[in-house]
Amino acid sequence: MDGSSFVFPNDPHVAWSIMIVLYPYITGLVAGAFVVSSLYHVFHQEVLRPVARLALVTALCFCAFATVPLLLHLHHPERAFNIMITPSATSAMSGFGIIYNLYMLLLVVEVWLVFRADIVVRAQTSRGPVGLLYRILSFGDRTTTEESRAADAWLIRWLSIAGIPAACILHGYVGFLFGAVKANPWWSTALMPVIFLASAIVSGIAGLVALYLFICWRRRVTPDAACVQSLARYLWVALIVAVSLEMLELLHMAYESGAEWHVLSMLLTERLAVSYGLVQVLIGSLCPFVLLLLAMRPQNNPKVVALLSGVASLLILVQVFAMRWNVVVGGQLFSKSFRGFVEFPLPVGGREGIIAAAVVLTLPLIALWAAGRLLPLWPAETTAERGI
Amino acid sequence: MSFELNILNNGAGGCGSHNSTSSGCENHGTCGGCHEAPPERSRRDFLRRATTLAFGSFSLTLLPVPSGGTTPQQASAVAGGAATVSGAAAGAAVPEQDVLFGFLVDTEKCVGTGKCLTACRVENDVPEGYARTWVERFVHFKDGRVQVDLVPETGYAGSDIPAIDPDLVERAYFAPKLCNQCEDAPCNQVCPVHAAFTSPEGIELVDPDRCIGCAYCVQACPYGVRFINPDTGNADKCTWCYHRIKRDEQPACVEACPVGARVFGRLDDPESEISKRIKAIPTSVLKEHLGTHPKLRYVGISGEVI
Repeated sequence: MDGSSFVFPNDPHVAWSIMIVLYPYITGLVAGAFVVSSLYHVFHQEVLRPVARLALVTALCFCAFATVPLLLHLHHPERAFNIMITPSATSAMSGFGIIYNLYMLLLVVEVWLVFRADIVVRAQTSRGPVGLLYRILSFGDRTTTEESRAADAWLIRWLSIAGIPAACILHGYVGFLFGAVKANPWWSTALMPVIFLASAIVSGIAGLVALYLFICWRRRVTPDAACVQSLARYLWVALIVAVSLEMLELLHMAYESGAEWHVLSMLLTERLAVSYGLVQVLIGSLCPFVLLLLAMRPQNNPKVVALLSGVASLLILVQVFAMRWNVVVGGQLFSKSFRGFVEFPLPVGGREGIIAAAVVLTLPLIALWAAGRLLPLWPAETTAERGI
Repeated sequence: MSFELNILNNGAGGCGSHNSTSSGCENHGTCGGCHEAPPERSRRDFLRRATTLAFGSFSLTLLPVPSGGTTPQQASAVAGGAATVSGAAAGAAVPEQDVLFGFLVDTEKCVGTGKCLTACRVENDVPEGYARTWVERFVHFKDGRVQVDLVPETGYAGSDIPAIDPDLVERAYFAPKLCNQCEDAPCNQVCPVHAAFTSPEGIELVDPDRCIGCAYCVQACPYGVRFINPDTGNADKCTWCYHRIKRDEQPACVEACPVGARVFGRLDDPESEISKRIKAIPTSVLKEHLGTHPKLRYVGISGEVI
C-alpha cells in the first residue's frame, strides 16, 4: 500500500461471519467421518471396525445440522426453501439443495441399513414407547435372514462407494463457492475446492479420533490401540496433503506477487498473524505433525498412542477451524479498494455470535449422544452381528 | 489552480437542489419375521419407493423459475416499489425493448460537492453507514505519496477534515463511484434464487420479494457497491434510479450534480450526449481485467482508481 488507508463505504460490514465459518467446518467433519466409514465398508480396513459405525452416525448427526448455521446466517430464512425450488442454474450456491439433500438421503439410507438388523431385534424384544420407536424405525421390515443380510451388505457397500464422491462433491463444492469469487484475490483460486476437501478429511478423521477416545474414556473402556494408531496414520498423511496444499497456494500467491499481493501479505502478517501463523500453521499443523509421528511408533503402549493421538486431533480440529476462519473472515478483512482493512469484532450474543456458534456445534453432539442411546455404535453391543 | 484548490479545500458549491411400508404378515413384531414373503422384497420396495420419491423431489428443483428470472414483471415490481419511496407512481414512459442505458463519470469535472450523495440517500432511503454511491478523492503529493479518502456528503467545507496545503500537492481529482451495471455481472451470476436479475434495459436489480439475504452477491461484486440493507434484510445496490429512468427522468445523483460530472443516457441512441461523448473522448472502465464489462465508464482516471 502507498501509505494511505482507504476502505469502500460498504466494506466495514462483514457480510459472512462465524456461521459461514461453521458451515464448511461442519460439512468437513461430515465428509471426513464418512471417508473413515468407507475405508471399512468399501476398502475392508478391518482395523477400523471399532469406529466404523461411530463414523457413519457422526457423519449423519453433523450433516443433519449442517443447515442450521446457514439458516442463522440468512437474513430471510423464511425464504430459504427458494434455493431448492427456484435454483438459478448460473449460481454455484444453488447446487446446495441437490448436493446436500442427495448426500443426506444417502447417509440416512446407509445408516438405516447398517443398523437395520439391530433395529429389528430390538423391535421384537422391546416393549412400550421404545419398542414402538424401533418398530417405526424398522419401517415394517423385520426380516433378518442370511439373504436379507447379504442384500444389506451389498447395498451398504455400494452406498459407501457412491458416498465417497458425494462427500467429495459436498465439500469440494463449498470450496468452489469461495474459489469462484473473482472479486476476492484471497479466495479466487482453483485450488480452493481441493484445499477445502483435504482439510475436510483431516478434520473428519481428527474429530472421530477425539470422539472415540472421549467416549471410551466416558465408558471406562480401553480404546482399541491398533484402530487409533491406524487412524493416526491416515490423519498424518491427510494432514501432510492438506497443509501442503494450503502452503502451495500461499507460496504461489507470494511468488506470483500479483497486483493484490501487497494487501494479502499485510493481511497475513498483520491481521491474521495469530490465527494463521500461530494457530493454523504452528500450533495446528506442525505440532500435530510431530505428535502423530510419535503416536505411530510401533513400540508405544496404548495409553501413549491414545494421548498423543488425542492431543494431536484436538489441535487439528482447532487448525481446521482456524483455516475456515482465515479463509472466510480473513477474505473480508481487507477492502475491495485493496487500500485498507476493516475491523471485525465477533459478537458474543445474537444470531451470529459466539454463543449461537457454540450451540450450533453442540447440537450434533447431542444428536450423537441420543443416537448412541438408541443404536449400538460399538461392535460388542450388536445383537445382530454381521460384520457391518 | 483553482481546480486543485476546490479539491483540497473544497467549499461546497453548486445548486444544492435535488428531488427527493411393506406387504406380508402384519404380526412381525411377535412372529419374528414372515418367511413366506421374499426376504428382501419389502426392503427393496421401500428403497425403490424412497428412491423414486427422492428423484421426483429433486426433479422438481430443476423446473424453471415461474417468472423466468429476468423479466419485465420483476423489473416493474422493483420500479413500482422504489417509486413509492419517492412518492410517485411507477410509469412506463420509456419503452422496455431496444433500450440500453449507459453512465459516464467525468472526473475532470467533479469538484466533490457531495450533492449527489445526499440526493441518492434521500431518493433511495439508503440507511446510514451504507452507500449506493460515493466519491473518492485522490491526492498525489509531490513526495510521491498518494492519499485516498471519502468525500463527505456535506462536501469538505462542512466537514472537520483538515485542509491540505496545495503547495504539497502534485495533482488531485475526484472519482465518483456507483453501480457499474456490468454486462456480465458476477452479482447476478452467483444469486442462487434469481433475486438478482437484469431489467430489459440492462439494469441490474434486486427482487425484494425473492432475496434470501445470503450476501453471496455482496461478496461477488468487485466494486463493493452491494450491501445487505439492515432495514429490509435484502441485498441493496445502486439501480441508476431505475424507478426514475422508467419515468424518463434522470437518476437523482445526475440531477443533483451542479457541474455535470455525471452523465446518464441511452447508449442505443447515437444522438444522445453520452453516446457522442463516449465516441469523442477516451473512456475507461474499472477492474477491466475481471471481464465484467461495466456500462459505467470514466473520463480522466488512471489505474489507481479501482
